[in-house]
Amino acid sequence: MLSLSTIVLAESEGTTYNPIIPAPYDLLWSTVIFVVIVVAFVKFILPKLQKVLDERAELIEGGISKAEKAQAEAAAALEEYTAQLTEARAEAARIREDARAEATQILSESRDKASVEAERIAATAQKQIEAERQQAVVSLRTEVGSLATELASKIVGEALADDARQQRIVNGFLDDLESTVKAEA
Amino acid sequence: MRILALEGALHAAVAQTSDDASSDSSGFFGWLFGSDGFHAPSISEFYPDALAFAGTIFEFNRIELVRVIAAFFMILIFWLVARSAKIVPGRGQAVVEMVLDFVRVQIVEEVMGKERAKRFVPFLTTLFIAIVFFNMTGVIPFLNIAGTSLIGLPIIMALWVYVMYLSVGIKKHGLGGYLKANLFPPGVPKPIYLLLTPIEFLQVFILRPATLALRLAANMIAGHLLLVLCFAATQYFFFEATGALKAAGVVSLAAGFGFTLFEIFVALLQAYVFVMLSSVYLNMALEEEH
Repeated sequence: MLSLSTIVLAESEGTTYNPIIPAPYDLLWSTVIFVVIVVAFVKFILPKLQKVLDERAELIEGGISKAEKAQAEAAAALEEYTAQLTEARAEAARIREDARAEATQILSESRDKASVEAERIAATAQKQIEAERQQAVVSLRTEVGSLATELASKIVGEALADDARQQRIVNGFLDDLESTVKAEA
Repeated sequence: MRILALEGALHAAVAQTSDDASSDSSGFFGWLFGSDGFHAPSISEFYPDALAFAGTIFEFNRIELVRVIAAFFMILIFWLVARSAKIVPGRGQAVVEMVLDFVRVQIVEEVMGKERAKRFVPFLTTLFIAIVFFNMTGVIPFLNIAGTSLIGLPIIMALWVYVMYLSVGIKKHGLGGYLKANLFPPGVPKPIYLLLTPIEFLQVFILRPATLALRLAANMIAGHLLLVLCFAATQYFFFEATGALKAAGVVSLAAGFGFTLFEIFVALLQAYVFVMLSSVYLNMALEEEH
């Protein structure tokens, strides 16, 4: 300030000026100009720019939240798929286990059934054989009796003349018997 | 500092000047076109002849014209950008947004915090841009004088900030509360108030606005005088001086170039300082504890 006043004093001719005392016209025009600028900026220009800035911020934030949502959705889907996969695997294992158990059961069941069947068949065969044998014994018994009777009557009928005849009769009987057995077989 | 350095140069220059030459008060055009010896820059540069309404309160001179031109271009440029502002910015819009962002983030929010800054950002942004534009006219060819170098505009700006911080302070704390918080800061032994209260009173009610206005105007005045000195000297050395002195013009021209760059820096710096201090004062007015 001191040096400014020195400059003022250096102005040896004409009017002296004091640069820190404003002239009335200076204040008037400054006020007019500054008020115009402030009104133009604060009322019109800056709000317009601010609106664009806000819109941009909103857009960016919207994009970010959208991306976040998508990411969350993807993570949820992945989790779900993983859960499903685990479940499916468990189910497959369970099914395999069941199948194996069932197969074992079926196998053992059929084995039991087969052995029962075999036993039954064997028993039936045994019974049949036994029955046939019984039948054979019965028929043999009756046939042997009649044969013996027939033979005896034949022997008696031929009056047993000689040994040769006797021999012939026995041979004939045996031949008969043989042919009977052959025919039966 | 700068002004003190300048003083020596001025005295030397004035000593060189003939009485005849210094009585020429046609200012800018005088030293630009006149060729009758060296014209020292003087404070009368800031009081050019009226262009209209001479002698009335409506007196309109070259500096007011420069201010009107600066204001016109300032509003025009920002209006054009704002009108065609898009969500995806073009180059011009990106620059404008960078400026707005700088003021908001680096100055206002830095001082006040995000919440409190909101209501002051529009005005302080306008203030910053206006000061930059009015300062820059000092280095723009054919304008050649800063709109803020005449004290009226800095005073109006400082007064606006002054009224603003007083009113938000009083609105928040009440008149009594605001005065008590500012003039009788708590946590001080009672006798100290004898010393502290007058100082605080000077601070809040006189020094803050006064220093705001003076700092800006003084910087711009000094810058203008420096530039005029450099270019007037160059003019003198090249066209008036004889012999070896002509070579000195190269030095003064280089100095003028350097100071022009420096003035651009000062123009931005002073806008930053003015808005930064305004934010600080507004913030202090709203602070719970002084």
